[in-house]
Amino acid sequence: MQTAISFIHVSRHFGEVKAVDDISLDIFDGEFFTLLGPSGSGKTTSLRMVAGFDRPSQGEIFLHGVNVSQLPPYERAVNTVFQDYALFPHMTVADNISYGLMIKKVPKAERLRRADEMLEMVRLPNLGGRKPSQLSGGQRQRVALARALINKPPVLLLDEPLGALDLKLRQQMQIELKTIQQQVGITFVYVTHDQEEALTMSDRLAVFNHGKIEQVGSPAEIYERPATAFVAGFVGISNLISGSAAQAISGSDEAFAVRPEKIHLSNDENPVPEGMLATDGVVREVIYLGMYTRYIVELDLGGELTVAHQNLETTSMDVLAARNQRVRLLWNRSHMRPIGD
Amino acid sequence: MQALKNASLSQRISNFLFLRPRLFLALLLLPPVFWLGVVYLGSLLTLLVQSFYYLDGFTGQVVRKFTLITYGELLTRSNLDIIGRTAGMAATVTLAAVLLAFPLAYYTTKHASPRSKAILYLSVMLPLWSSYLVRVYAWKLILSKEGIVSWFFNQLSLSWLLEGILQLPAIGGPSLSISPIGLFVVFVYVWLPYMVLPIQAALERVPGSLLEASEDLGANSLRTFLHITLPLAFPGVVAGSIFTFSLTLGDFIVPSVLGNSSFFIGQAVLSHQGTSGNIPLAAALTTVPMAIMAVYLIIARKLGAFEAL
Repeated sequence: MQTAISFIHVSRHFGEVKAVDDISLDIFDGEFFTLLGPSGSGKTTSLRMVAGFDRPSQGEIFLHGVNVSQLPPYERAVNTVFQDYALFPHMTVADNISYGLMIKKVPKAERLRRADEMLEMVRLPNLGGRKPSQLSGGQRQRVALARALINKPPVLLLDEPLGALDLKLRQQMQIELKTIQQQVGITFVYVTHDQEEALTMSDRLAVFNHGKIEQVGSPAEIYERPATAFVAGFVGISNLISGSAAQAISGSDEAFAVRPEKIHLSNDENPVPEGMLATDGVVREVIYLGMYTRYIVELDLGGELTVAHQNLETTSMDVLAARNQRVRLLWNRSHMRPIGD
Repeated sequence: MQALKNASLSQRISNFLFLRPRLFLALLLLPPVFWLGVVYLGSLLTLLVQSFYYLDGFTGQVVRKFTLITYGELLTRSNLDIIGRTAGMAATVTLAAVLLAFPLAYYTTKHASPRSKAILYLSVMLPLWSSYLVRVYAWKLILSKEGIVSWFFNQLSLSWLLEGILQLPAIGGPSLSISPIGLFVVFVYVWLPYMVLPIQAALERVPGSLLEASEDLGANSLRTFLHITLPLAFPGVVAGSIFTFSLTLGDFIVPSVLGNSSFFIGQAVLSHQGTSGNIPLAAALTTVPMAIMAVYLIIARKLGAFEAL
């Protein structure tokens, strides 16, 4: 597979702060690649260094084999969709979309034709004459996407582009973005702090923390085999057990994680089946979420575990009655994930 | 109801007005409407009316009869000279102020650290805290033959250059302190803050991401400036130029301190309404800057200066 972007020992320091701290990463051609992490973890700074708005303090960035570390943004073959969309308020939608072509001195007729094509692609036909201020948030988002794609960049950078949209629209745009990416077949590098979004859209993702990359992998790998305690906690709910509790449950003092949906709730008098691990506790909190219920169980051994249970046959009345009940938690040994530091 | 009975007076007034929003609005707007409508627009109207009277040259009395005679007088050679000189100076000062203010405002809003931003803001504002008269007289000394500017040229052995500049027709004079060029320098100095502040305010409202988006789409810094920064800051430039242009058009102190014997509109107004008692001509001259500003605003609007507001 062809490498689209390479970070080679890249750092970016702002004074004393190491926003990005010695990361190395390869992103391949045609991938939907996500940089996931909490705010201040260095994911946006990394993206900005690819775009050229920031330059590495150390290390190098290659775009399709060309060292671009010191090139200005306007000489890099990437385009960006900004978090605040950054549409030019004094221009019409069509002029916004065809800005890149205008800069390339493409004739006006050709420009307008291609702007119309792009509007067609993002499903906003006939809106070319409007000003950005006359559009809704979702429409602006699509215009920003169309503007960034019109130059047919080999790599598109997206900086939390759905952050300002409401949940329904966000979920719809996630699917649309993914469809457009497959349609145009170019590399998307996507920054988000939303783990669900990252899991939904990405072919692969990198989890950032404190300017470093904790883990790179496919969504399934990241979710099922988190490499560090941070990844286990940031992607999904952590349920980390360590020390003496881990010793008592599994027979080894190595810390481990278990996903909430893998845990069965049972009466504390029931026997423990073959191949299962068990521990007892008291239900402290019941959170009824419609589709499923989340139980927070305080363990007798200390610490707590979150259990998610689909409301297949239970009603809200049933689940809420579980509060303060003694329960036995059971899970298959194979769902237990040992976590290094 | 019990609560209402025990309410204090201020609370009862609040409750009364809360239920009558129109009355509240009327009370709120009464003072500014009185000020604008009566004191300000009223006196402007009186001024306009005066400009349609004329001075009887024989009796020296103002004749209160509607006529265009006084406006006709504006078209005499000497009055046209005054108007042309003033408008020319105002335009040149405005242009120079834009050229000086824009880079400063751009740096302050887009590149300066918060600390140096505060210092820059302060240094732009600071001169406005001292009296304008004091500053103009200070410039008189700075620009005089024995002043620091001449001394500086002397030290650099460039006195010949200064002499040469002062010998230029139309802008020269016996010394910098008695010449159109000195006048221009002082005008630019006193009005510069009025240009910097609106441009700064306009640039402050241009998000950095717009400039990044432009560069991202292939535009270098110059084209980004021309296509994005300048159009978006244009309302600020227009606002600033309204200040510098109209302040220069109406000023009579700077020309009387630093100018030569050729009058500016402000000085002409002063002398017509003072010594010669020709209030109608003074009033007519005063309408000239207003007319010029009106034309200027119409052109600015045609150019789309207010579209990005």
